Amino acid sequence: MADAHPTIPWEVFIQPRTGAPHQHVGNVHAYDAEMALQNARDVYARRGKVVSMWVVPAEAIHATVPDDNGPFFDPADDKVYRHPSFYKVPHGVKNM
Amino acid sequence: MDDSARLLEFEARLGQGEKIEPKDWMPERYRKQLIRMMSQHAHSEVVGMLPEGNWITRAPNLRRKMALLAKVQDEAGHGLYIYSATESLGIDRCELLDQLLAARAKYSSIFNYPTLAWADIGVIGWLVDGAAIVNQTMLAKSSYGPYSRAMIRICKEENFHKKQGYEICVTLASGVPEQKQMLQESIDRWWWPTLMMFGPSDKESANSAELMKWKVKRRSNDDLRQHFVNITVPQAHALGLTLPDPDLHYDEATDNWMFGEIDWDEFWSVVRGNGPCNRERMNARRAAHEEGAWVRAAMEAYAAKQRNHEQNVNGVS
Repeated sequence: MADAHPTIPWEVFIQPRTGAPHQHVGNVHAYDAEMALQNARDVYARRGKVVSMWVVPAEAIHATVPDDNGPFFDPADDKVYRHPSFYKVPHGVKNM
Repeated sequence: MDDSARLLEFEARLGQGEKIEPKDWMPERYRKQLIRMMSQHAHSEVVGMLPEGNWITRAPNLRRKMALLAKVQDEAGHGLYIYSATESLGIDRCELLDQLLAARAKYSSIFNYPTLAWADIGVIGWLVDGAAIVNQTMLAKSSYGPYSRAMIRICKEENFHKKQGYEICVTLASGVPEQKQMLQESIDRWWWPTLMMFGPSDKESANSAELMKWKVKRRSNDDLRQHFVNITVPQAHALGLTLPDPDLHYDEATDNWMFGEIDWDEFWSVVRGNGPCNRERMNARRAAHEEGAWVRAAMEAYAAKQRNHEQNVNGVS
């Protein structure tokens, strides 16, 4: 009964205050970016506390695949020398 | 990895308190149960606009009217949050709406009761939204990330719903005898259906054990219901009104307000479609969808026009 429609999903990101990162909050369906922004305002910004909003066609977002997480993120796992705890300094030396 | 190994890994992740995200492997049954439960929840938000919408034009003053409009608009928004979260499980919201309109999906039975008096708007905000908050606070800790995030947003907004409702009740309770009586009658009508919102008792609930095992739900129906009764009874007393349950009493040993037996025949009858307003709600929902067809057609025509315009500007045929 609900007729098929050619709207596409848009992922919505909002910035709650200047200085804060934009954060994903959900998605809306819309025909174009202008309508997506208006829908996103009505759905995700009914109570102020939003200084900026992004909408991105969902299909434009490319994501990692959880099954590949091991090999994909592996290069970060064996480089302990990127962490401060890898380095030794004499006891008593302050403000390091 | 075969499915049994994946299931072990999945349950181990849940055991460590990890959240499951849309692209993660999950048992088909987990996905199906979530789609069922989340879409029911979204439909409830949408159908829930109807009983209260009934009173927008008759709100007693502008302050109440603005609050009620904002609340009903929130319910629409909450429906959209949850449809959005449900889509992350790989189902289109048009299909979910189809299921609702074809009566293949359920929504909360509480919305199959009529709003007969203005006091009902106060009592719905206080009791019905109060019960929903208890349930949704629990669901905010759900194991499925998008559901949990939607619930956190909803809980933040719903506190106003409960408070505006209770404020209406306080006003009526301190009014003339007729107002007080209207409020008492409304509480008498809504109390038991509200307790039924938490679903069948744990012994009868087909889905509960599985949903709790997978941490979609974190507390059982009976547990949540008892918590709701415990926080609500003192609020009724503060209004100077009674709850329609002769068996209601405080049990010092368990710190609980013990309540009488719920009429489960009524519960199942309303779930199966024979409540006072089941047909009326579905007819209203279908009519709203059909009457909105021209808006969708207009938007589509506008989008097509924009696309043509862009093609002409870019010289692409």
